[in-house]
Formats: sequence, structure tokens, C-alpha cells
Amino acid sequence: MATEKEAKPSPPPVNKWAPVLALGWLIPGGGHLFLKRTGRGVLLLVAVTGMFACGLMMRGAMFQPQSGDLLTTIINTGGFIGDIASGLLYFLSVWLGYNQPDVPGHVHDYGTKFLVAAGLLNILALTDAWEIVAGRKD
Amino acid sequence: MPKMNLTHFEAAFLFSLFTSVVMGVVTKRNDRDRLHYGVYVFVCFFVALFGLGWLMYFGHG
Repeated sequence: MATEKEAKPSPPPVNKWAPVLALGWLIPGGGHLFLKRTGRGVLLLVAVTGMFACGLMMRGAMFQPQSGDLLTTIINTGGFIGDIASGLLYFLSVWLGYNQPDVPGHVHDYGTKFLVAAGLLNILALTDAWEIVAGRKD
Repeated sequence: MPKMNLTHFEAAFLFSLFTSVVMGVVTKRNDRDRLHYGVYVFVCFFVALFGLGWLMYFGHG
């Protein structure tokens, strides 16, 4: 039985991780670029932006938060969170007038999933950037 | 913006590609492991894609 309590690594100060996460959210891979992980940052930028651009070109629909029954709330709010997790890509496309209604068809359906998945991949990238700032990864 | 009309296979290919790149980059601790894991995830996507495709084909009768 271990008698010594394992030292828990202390989280990094807010002024260290906040700009990294903010930049990484707004520009996919931006957190890694800011931390001088250029190769990984560029790969993340290309992959997330590529996924989002494919979603737009497939005319995927953006989610809007809706309340109602539980399933509707979860799907629409979760989808909205996934969409805005792409940061500037989402805001730019909305500000530039992208407003695709949800229409039937497998291409539109894939497009909607691509748009959400791009945001979810960006959340993974943010997690990785946070681990780098916290010193848990190189 | 141009419009893309993809088949199920093409869309699944692109999805697998982008996802594998990100999974490879964020998961491992050195470049060699990242590359291996990215390729592994991509192959897993394709095994699942073809496996489920054949399953649906035989299930449909």
C-alpha cells in the first residue's frame, strides 16, 4: 500500500492557457502554431478546414439550438456546439450569408455531419494544445 | 462556392482521411507513433466501412 500521496500536477496559470485555447478555437491548429508546433498546427489546420469546407460544399445545414422534447434539444444543441467549435470558420460562413436549410438527400446529410465533425475535431486539437501548455505532452 | 456531389464511398473516404489525420496528430507523443496511429485509424475506418457495407448487402437479401 502506498503511503505517500502522489503529487498531482498543478494546472497551468490562466494567462498561459487562455490565449492558446482562444486562438486554437478561432483558428483550427492556431494553438499549436502559437506554441511553435508548426507541423502539427498546419496538419490540424488543413484537416479541420478541409472537413469544414467539404461540409459547406456539400451544402450541409447548420444547427440552431432548439428546445422541445429531450432528443430534439440534445441533437440541436449538441449540433450547434459542434458547429461553433470550428471558430472563425463558422462565424465567417454565417456572416457571409451561408444559410442552408435542412433538405433531404445523402450529400446534404453528409455535409451536415462534416460541419459538426470539423468542430469536434477542433475540440480534440484544443485538448491537445492544453496538454502541451500543461506540460503533459511535448 | 462550388457544390460537391459525392457518393457514399467518397464522402466516407474524406471523412476517414480528415479524422485520421487529427487522431494521429493529437493522440501520440512522437512523430513515428503519430504516423502509425493515423494510418491505423484510417485502415480501421475502411475495415468498418467495407465490413458494414457487406453486412448490409447480405442482410438486405
